[in-house]
Amino acid sequence: MLTIATGNKAVATAVKAARPGVIAAYPITPQTEIVEQLAEYVSAGDLESRYIPVESEHSAMAACIGASAGGVRTFTATSSHGLLYMHEMVHWAAGARLPIVMANVNRALGPGWNTWAEHTDAFSQRDTGWLQVFVGTVQEAYDATLMAFKIAEDERVLLPVMVNLDGFALSHIMQSLETVEIGDFLPAYHLPHAIDTENPCVYGPMTGPADYFRFRWDIERSMRDARGVIADVEREFAERFGRSYGPTEDYRCEDADVVVIAMGTLGKEAEVAVDRLRDEGIKAGSMRLRWFRPFPDLDLAGREVVVIDRDYSFGFGGVVAHSIRSKTGIAPYSVIAGLGGQEVTYNDIADFVRNRHPGEETWFGVSDHV
Amino acid sequence: MPGGETAKLSLQMVTKIDERSVNNLSAIPKEEYLYKCTSACAGCSSSLCLRYVLKAAGPDSVLVVPACCTSVIQGIYPGTAMNVPVYNIAFAAAAACASGMSDALAALGKETNVIVYAGDGGTVDIGIQSLSGAFERGTNFLYICYDNEAYGNTGMQRSGSTPLGARTTTTPGGKPTAKKDLDRIVEAHNPPYMATACSAYPLDLYKKVKKALSIEGPKFIHILAPCPPGWRYPTEKTVEMGKLAVKTGTWILYEREFGKLTINGPSKTAMKRPAPLEDYISGQGRFKNLSPEVMSEMRQQVERNIQRLSREEAGVC
Repeated sequence: MLTIATGNKAVATAVKAARPGVIAAYPITPQTEIVEQLAEYVSAGDLESRYIPVESEHSAMAACIGASAGGVRTFTATSSHGLLYMHEMVHWAAGARLPIVMANVNRALGPGWNTWAEHTDAFSQRDTGWLQVFVGTVQEAYDATLMAFKIAEDERVLLPVMVNLDGFALSHIMQSLETVEIGDFLPAYHLPHAIDTENPCVYGPMTGPADYFRFRWDIERSMRDARGVIADVEREFAERFGRSYGPTEDYRCEDADVVVIAMGTLGKEAEVAVDRLRDEGIKAGSMRLRWFRPFPDLDLAGREVVVIDRDYSFGFGGVVAHSIRSKTGIAPYSVIAGLGGQEVTYNDIADFVRNRHPGEETWFGVSDHV
Repeated sequence: MPGGETAKLSLQMVTKIDERSVNNLSAIPKEEYLYKCTSACAGCSSSLCLRYVLKAAGPDSVLVVPACCTSVIQGIYPGTAMNVPVYNIAFAAAAACASGMSDALAALGKETNVIVYAGDGGTVDIGIQSLSGAFERGTNFLYICYDNEAYGNTGMQRSGSTPLGARTTTTPGGKPTAKKDLDRIVEAHNPPYMATACSAYPLDLYKKVKKALSIEGPKFIHILAPCPPGWRYPTEKTVEMGKLAVKTGTWILYEREFGKLTINGPSKTAMKRPAPLEDYISGQGRFKNLSPEVMSEMRQQVERNIQRLSREEAGVC
């Protein structure tokens, strides 16, 4: 069905279709609309789900852990400080191998208080063992949320998935949304290690180095297998519903001399910049990075690369720029832009490309090349 | 405070106390859910309590355990000393995890008991937020705090539950402030059932767990669990130490069902004629060299607590 919706509404609509048994909810701007919408669905009887209005994000993830292990599909949503407050449990969810799905509406971190888009919140959870996907449109927020459940619950994965969408720039923007009849796309929730009183086991007890080490390796092995599972699920989604996705969304990259890499809404903005640059005769392309964990293999050989980071690792550099560099060996032109919701237009992105200095870093509007 | 005829009637209907009544230890089931040879310290009262808690709860139960001595007692992977599922969870998160689990099991149509078994640090300090949230939400579960009045698992640091004057590794000169009154905090959430218990009275504990699990909603049991290494008394005196806590009125056994307070047998006598506080204090190394001022304040605390509960039971508060 074709409708229009905000990014937040799209996520909530997808969650309704996925029919989780338990939703743990705690409000935080700019995510709040997701948990409000889900509360309305539950209250109206449109979604048969147990809605736990927890007292904190730490408890939100703890409740999801208990529910997921208890044997039902679970969902929560958060943002920024909420994500950081639940950090301990974010690790726990992955270590406990629970296929929880969480929407994270990317937002800057205080101080000072800033509710606008930034990716530092999600990247601070980079090493937790969660799969992370970043979306660029309302439609993609819906599609990625639906697929997230299927990917997480695949027995080759059994890791939680975080669906990231930019605060306000996507969470509160209305675009067209085509919802689907999911049919049997999502099978019934089945967790091989769900709590079973007929087969009493201990979960997460004290564990010596040899077993602990093996469990960590199991997480990484599943993370590697997840690449194939993601591809399978995205292929099936395309076959059933006609929209295809991949680890990146490539735009006019085939013959490009210079490729812009960005995430989320800035990645969509970059496509407009590419058209502008092409009009000027600059053979530019855009490669919007969708999956951050597991990090995809990228083919950038022979190209110049401009990376826009809506994040920063202090004392080191842009997280995406350095990831690209370590994965491909290419030294990109690293642009730090959009922190705390700073406006970055396609004209700005075109300027980044025109004035690129490979191997250098710049803070847009603040400092020169360093 | 909930009460009146309706509440009393419904309590009788849901608890079926007569059917479940057990009047001597021999009537307690022989099945074991906590096996022998755990890594508990000699004279550990919390593992003794857990044994009776699980006997009362039976096999269709899940234990949710935050970081505490029970994390150690259950054994090291892949071994386990437990014969019910045990879900270990981070320190602050037990009540929230149990919330999710309780709802998941209910969604699946199961009637499994969800029981949190947490120490005092994980309850009165770091876990109090999730405890409060779960009780306010009316989560259907039983939260048991076994209270050895310090962070025992990490080697006896003070917790909010450490009593006035007690020496711990972080209060080497004796704790300067009083024990946090957890029960009054829980009471403020108006749970349908809450009780205190003590490891020296296992039958009382067994009955309370049985009764708690027969009631819908959030239930709470606070167990005083004497700890030989922490309290610094000989291991064979664990039961005696628990009895002295009750006989001196330092620890009062009671139940509060839908708001109505009942003082339990051993404490009725103790509240009328408490044994001298010295009987309890003098055998514990943690209370060594108490100043007369601290001793006097401790005596007053015991007296105030007895008075408050007596007035409440008599309906004059």
